[in-house]
Amino acid sequence: MKTISVQEITAVTRKLCMDVNYDLPGDVERALQDGLKREESSFGQYCLEQILQNCQMAREHQQAMCQDTGIAVVYLEVGQDVHIVGGSLTEAIHEGVRQGYEDGYLRKSVVAEPLFGRDNTGDNTPAVIHTEIVPGEQLRIMVVPKGAGSENMGAVKMLKPADGLEGAKKFILDTVRQAGGNPCPPIIVGVGVGGTMEKAPMLAKKALTREIGSKNTNGLYAKLEEELLADINKMGIGPQGLGGRVTALAVHIEYYPTHIAMLPVAVNINCHAARHKEIVL
Amino acid sequence: MGTVKRVTTPLTEEAIAALQAGDSVLLSGVIYTARDKAHKLLTETLAAGKELPVDLRNQLIYYVGPAPAKPGQPIGSCGPTTSSRMDSYAPMLIRQAGLKGMLGKGPRSQEVIAAMKENKAVYLAAIGGTGVAISHAVKKAEVIAYEELGTCAIRRLEVEDLPCIVAIDCEGNNLYEQGIAQYRRD
Repeated sequence: MKTISVQEITAVTRKLCMDVNYDLPGDVERALQDGLKREESSFGQYCLEQILQNCQMAREHQQAMCQDTGIAVVYLEVGQDVHIVGGSLTEAIHEGVRQGYEDGYLRKSVVAEPLFGRDNTGDNTPAVIHTEIVPGEQLRIMVVPKGAGSENMGAVKMLKPADGLEGAKKFILDTVRQAGGNPCPPIIVGVGVGGTMEKAPMLAKKALTREIGSKNTNGLYAKLEEELLADINKMGIGPQGLGGRVTALAVHIEYYPTHIAMLPVAVNINCHAARHKEIVL
Repeated sequence: MGTVKRVTTPLTEEAIAALQAGDSVLLSGVIYTARDKAHKLLTETLAAGKELPVDLRNQLIYYVGPAPAKPGQPIGSCGPTTSSRMDSYAPMLIRQAGLKGMLGKGPRSQEVIAAMKENKAVYLAAIGGTGVAISHAVKKAEVIAYEELGTCAIRRLEVEDLPCIVAIDCEGNNLYEQGIAQYRRD
């Protein structure tokens, strides 16, 4: 049994919120550099150069790489032998987000209620928290800020089993094509297949945090990831939608068993600022 | 990429006519920020026949919600937001308030392009996700209307050599369509 205090959880969450917005993960930066080598369009090359330069400046100045510092999505993997003391785990996360966004000069982009007033909560809380109980005595906290430009372009559809592989591919490609230049390409495409209506988008979102270039362990899905990436990069959308070869840096698919009569498919798109950072306590 | 042109606000008819889709632009002068909520309020004010809190004649609106400034900075990261969210409001500002320029990211609707052609307005695109670099082109920032909207308030920015691209010119030439058509293989 391991004991972790809520104060520690708040402190590390605060730090993660700041660091994740200043420091683009190395795999994403390398994928952008590789993209620059492949890009044929001069606009595309210019965009990629500017994006890479901005990423350096963000680190150097400890300033948010993008002004849309997102709504904070927080993944928690709580070991079943962990004992959290001193207060509420959920509150500790919200407090960490509150402090991180305030102290890190990050934009507060959360409205308290979506339909009527849409008044800003002023501190970027609440976070969206996904908690999983796992074996062991560790607590893993991953912060994934998600901006609206790319999140607004996602979609979920309950296909019929008869729609099959072709139907799923069509839905995924149509979603990306329709998004065009809006989600700040080059994008990362997260796909969730199977489960239920809420499970598929959860898989799609989590798929975005996989290391770029990693493949699904099931060879059939790994091949599908490759095929879809090639198809997307034939669309000509290019960096920022101004035309080019590098529309997506990766397609990551995750799947889950589903019902005999279901075929849920979800697509979650990430902009090139694919921010995620984690810590294990 | 096209030639690099220096543009200073307020936008004259001649300056706009000289801009062609695909030109690179270094933008200087005073520009105004506004996004969804400010656009809603501006168009409601126009519809009610009242005076706008800012004179938009020959001016340019930048679609941005900046991050907070660190001490000593005029503004925090301030890259463009998705312009299409302003598509339902932009034609009214172009037709009735004399707005001549917009700066944002991503494609625009046919309605916006029609209003731009009728009134000789231009749409510029900055590179989304380069908010740190763009913030260095902003020399001064002050909130001038709708302060209660926080990051969504209308700000008056003084910018110097802000890098952007003519995405849609006043003739309706559209880089998003031309660029994608050039590289499409499917």
